[in-house]
Formats: sequence, C-alpha cells, structure tokens
Amino acid sequence: MNIINLIKLAVNSLLRNKLRSLLTMLGIIIGVASVIAMLAIGEGSKISIEKNISNMGSNLIMVFPSSDRRSGVNLGSGDSKKLTVGDCEKILDECPSIKSVTPILQSNGQVISGSSNWPTSLRGTNEYYFEITNQKIGSGRSFTFDEIRRSSKVCLIGETVKENVFGENSDPIGEKIRFNKIPFEIIGVLESKGQSTFGSDQDDVIIAPYTTVQKRILAITSIHQIYTSAISEEASEQAVTEIEESLRKAHKLTGSEENDFTIRTQEEIMSMLSSTSQVMTALLAAIASISLLVGGIGIMNIMYVSVTERTREIGLRSAVGGRENDILWQFLIESIFMSIAGGIIGILLGICSAYSVSHFMNWPVVITLNSILLAFFFASIIGVFFGWYPARKAAKLDPINALRHE
Amino acid sequence: MSKSIISLQSIDKDYYVGDITVRALRNVDMDINEGEFTAIMGASGSGKSTLLNILGCLDKPTTGNYHFDSELINKLNKNQLAYIRNRKVGFVFQSYNLLAKTTALENVELPLLYNNSVNSKERRERALNSLEAVSLSNRKFHMPNQLSGGQQQRVAIARSLVNNPVLILADEPTGNLDTRTSFEIMSLFQELNEQGKTIVVVTHEQDIAQFTKRNIVFRDGRIVKDQRIKEPKSASEALRNLPSENDDIIELNIGLRK
Repeated sequence: MNIINLIKLAVNSLLRNKLRSLLTMLGIIIGVASVIAMLAIGEGSKISIEKNISNMGSNLIMVFPSSDRRSGVNLGSGDSKKLTVGDCEKILDECPSIKSVTPILQSNGQVISGSSNWPTSLRGTNEYYFEITNQKIGSGRSFTFDEIRRSSKVCLIGETVKENVFGENSDPIGEKIRFNKIPFEIIGVLESKGQSTFGSDQDDVIIAPYTTVQKRILAITSIHQIYTSAISEEASEQAVTEIEESLRKAHKLTGSEENDFTIRTQEEIMSMLSSTSQVMTALLAAIASISLLVGGIGIMNIMYVSVTERTREIGLRSAVGGRENDILWQFLIESIFMSIAGGIIGILLGICSAYSVSHFMNWPVVITLNSILLAFFFASIIGVFFGWYPARKAAKLDPINALRHE
Repeated sequence: MSKSIISLQSIDKDYYVGDITVRALRNVDMDINEGEFTAIMGASGSGKSTLLNILGCLDKPTTGNYHFDSELINKLNKNQLAYIRNRKVGFVFQSYNLLAKTTALENVELPLLYNNSVNSKERRERALNSLEAVSLSNRKFHMPNQLSGGQQQRVAIARSLVNNPVLILADEPTGNLDTRTSFEIMSLFQELNEQGKTIVVVTHEQDIAQFTKRNIVFRDGRIVKDQRIKEPKSASEALRNLPSENDDIIELNIGLRK
C-alpha cells in the first residue's frame, strides 16, 4: 500500500473515533504545551538575568580583598586593608587590557535633609565609576577630577534616595544633604537602574568622590574594592591575568603565597546565575516531559485497545493481501499522526499559555525555535516509540485466528 | 481438459494443542479445474475449514504439495502468500467482514488498495464494475449498517471479484442468511460461475450444495465422497418456487387474528 493511502486510512480511522482520538492526543498536547511553556519561562528568566548583568557593565571586573587570616583565625574580608589607591594606579599603568579603574569605598548611614531622613549607603568612587558600571546620570553632572583631588563634599543621589528625602517630582540639585553629620552638595541625580539580579535596590545609593569618603567619613587609607573595566568583553580574561600579576607584584607575594585578593568578572557571575536558572529550567522541563511520557503511554494504551477491537479488520486486510508491513504501517502512522497532531496543537497551546503567563504574572518569557523543535521532535518520537509495539502486535496477528475473532 | 487451478498432493495438516497433535487433514489429494463450482461439505471438525485456509493461501500444509494456478504454494513466504491472495484469490466469509463506517464502494476497493499497480482511478472504476456485477450500484455510498444481510454479503462478493481472481473461496457464505437470501446468493454464484469463475464454497447445508456442480464430502480429515453433479439445480428457479414473502405476511396476519 502506498504512503498516501496509508495516511488517508489513518486519518479516516482517527476521524471515525473523534472523541477517543482527541482524548488520546490530550496527553501529548498537555505534555508538549507544558514543555514549551516551561522552557519559555526558563529562557525568559535567563535572558532577564543576562540583561540585568550587562546593565551593570558587561566588561566589569571587580577586585575584593581576600579574607584576612591572622594566626589561623579567619577575620573575614570586611576590615581588610590590603587594597589601596596605589593598587588602582598600578593596575591602570601595568595592564594594557584595562580601560579604566575606580576605587570603591562603602559606608552605611542615615541621610538627613530638612525634616526628612533615610537610611542608605554611601559609595565613594572616582569619575570613571559611571562609565565602568554603566550608570547613567539622569540630571546634573558627575564630579570632576578637581573635586576628587580636593575631597569636595559633593554627591550624586539615586532615585530612591531622592524620592524618600525630597519627594518624587522634586529637583534636589544644589540642595544640601547630610550624611553622618557631614553636609554634601547634591550635584546630580542617577538614572534609575531598578532592582539588581539579587533583588537589592540599585537606586538606594549616594555616590561621592572616594577621597571624601576615605578621609571625611571613614578616615582610612585603604579602599574596600576596585572596579575596573576591560577594553572589551573578549579581553576580560586577559585583563584578569594582568590584574592578578600586577597586584601580586604590588603586594610582594612570592611564588607559593596565596593571593590576598579575589578577582570576579561579570562573566563568572553571569554564568553562576544562568547555571542556576538552567537547573531550574531543566527541572521544569523534566517534569513537563514526564507528562509527555504519560501522554505517550496513553497513545500506546489506546492503540492496543484499537488493535484488539479491530482484530477482524486486521484479519480481513491480511486475507485480501495486506502484508505484515502494510498492517504495521497502518497502525504506526495512526499513532504518529496522533502524536504529531497533538504536538502541533500542544505547541500552539504552549505558546498561548506562555504568553498568558507573561501577561498575567509579569514574568519574562522567551519562546525559542529550539524549544518548539525539541518538543515537536519528542512528540513524534513518542508516536513512533509507543505506536511500535501495538502496531507490531497487529502485524503479527495470524489472519485465520484474526478473522474468527469475536 | 481445462486448466488445473488447484492441485493437492497428499496434503497433511497437523495442529499442536499443548501435547496433543490434532490431525486436521490426512493425506488429501484433490484437483479442481478452471470453471468448476465445488462445494466442500462435512460436519464441524471434519477439516473443511482447514482445507479452505490452505486453498486460500492463509495457511500452509504440514506435508504434501499444493499447486495453485501452477505455482507451488508450500514453499512461499508470508509476503509471497499475501501477494497471491491479493492477486488471485477472492474471499467471501460467513459474517461478511465488511469494514464498519466505510461505504460499500470503499469496502469493495479494499483489496486493490494493497495492489500498487492499480491507481486510484482504475480502483474506483473496477469497484463500481464489481458492484454492478452484484446489482448494488444503487447502494455504493451506503454503510454496511444501512444494508440488509443479503446486500452486505453481495458487497462482500463484489469485494472478492474486484481483483479479478483465479479462485473465489466462500466460507459458509449463506450461514447467516435466511433461505430466500441464501438462494439469492447462490444464484449469484451460479451466475458468476457461468461467466467462467472458479468457485469453491464450504458449507454443511445440503440445500446449498445442491446448486453446485461438484460435492466433496470430508470426514475426520479425509475425503469420503467426491461427486460430480451433471445438472445442478438452478438457484434462481428455486427462488421462484419459494412461497413469496407477502404470502408469509398474510399467513402471519391470519394467525394473529385468530
């Protein structure tokens, strides 16, 4: 029997039992739809993480001091005094893959202006900070080299600080704000960045020249962290090697001594986060594929019932000259057809449900062509796999017994 | 002497049911020539169904040689047997075995679906001709459940004719039918036989066998009688001699009134 007739035969026989075919397909439909929806949600969260991170500056390389160990006691890295402004200068001088460097100092405290106050953190940086971290200035200006040199009491405030201290639609530029009793003049407002990947509010911050924070607020000579940016994303690996070399030399570390600093690239953080989201996606997809599997077993079950029910038909077909392969293909195509039709309906349903999730729950979803192909491929494979045994059973029936079957 | 269609030479057929060997056919020799109309008779268990399965190439003998249309059947594999059934044999069954929810025409087309040398246009044409031959052209789009038993059996006969077979094998073709319809079917077979078809009918009813030209009787797997009938009864005549259905109804009505 040729393929066109076989397909016609399969379609006719499925249409003859519409409700049964539909219910059988439902397993595949739900399986495929959930695989598509789960992968879309997973992919969406991955992409949103990546977007957040490149928001922070995709070439960003951070240097932290390592935890301090004195007489075997681990003191943590908080109070470490190992990084200095001198290190920053060395990195800038000695590392050709580095574009710009800023020291970072961090202090928490209450800001006060007039009758309002707000707890926030003060970050001391140089003028390159904005470029390195992709932080745009909404209004006003950045501080100048001269202001850094003179440890001027100027600052830029984040959107959250502005809202809580001055009100939403105010223009705080030129106003004074006190941080730990020291008055700063506001020279700019940062453009809103929203939440970070880790859930912290990136707009709840005040940026001031690092010299001011170092001398007037913290009164220390060391710095907390160094942020640098590589000349390009591809150069960041090279940049890490250069920084490590340069800092080891500056800190006079010899061969076997461990680094007293830690270098983190944005890429590492990204891969860490996306691997988390990949695990989640895999987990969701695994659960979804179990339902696909159950759907396949449903097809197998119905095909067995169908073979038993149509034993006489099989006997007749065999008697009038149907070969084993003709019978096998007749049933196999029926199950493949069911799973492919179920797959297509499932894909449409999956896309619809993914978009409704993104619409009603505000989750980012991204439907990739790969996930569609994957789901479709698996649905077809399931059709072949679970259709094979019933079809073989049909093909192997003895026509004499099959014709007598009641 | 006309061409031999069926030639059985010392055919044995054994079945193994657990430890017991059932000898369904024992040393059967038989020849059927082109144009013959044969009835194979016998009580149940006499081996006539087994013989029919072998004649129809559904089964192979345990020992002995079976030549069908000059071809040695007992050496062929399953696919070759299927090919022979498809091209050279037409089956008619007791329970018609029509596909449900499938039109009469499509039922008749079925054997040709397994014949790749026939395209869909020719298939349709030949199926229509077959239905014509059994006078059911006006029922071609009816489903089996919309047809009477006799009509269903005629569709089945049309199906057996569609591949223009060398041999038509009918297994108790009138077993599910009343006398009148049985005679109609036998009259159809006689008609086909007159057109030159070789027909073998398996039956246990003497009434039916009397319309054939040759009666072969089986008992316990052996041929016990092989008799040629010079002038078989005409089924259409027998049909005319039956009391009409209307008479029956009138009698019934009278009976009810009483």
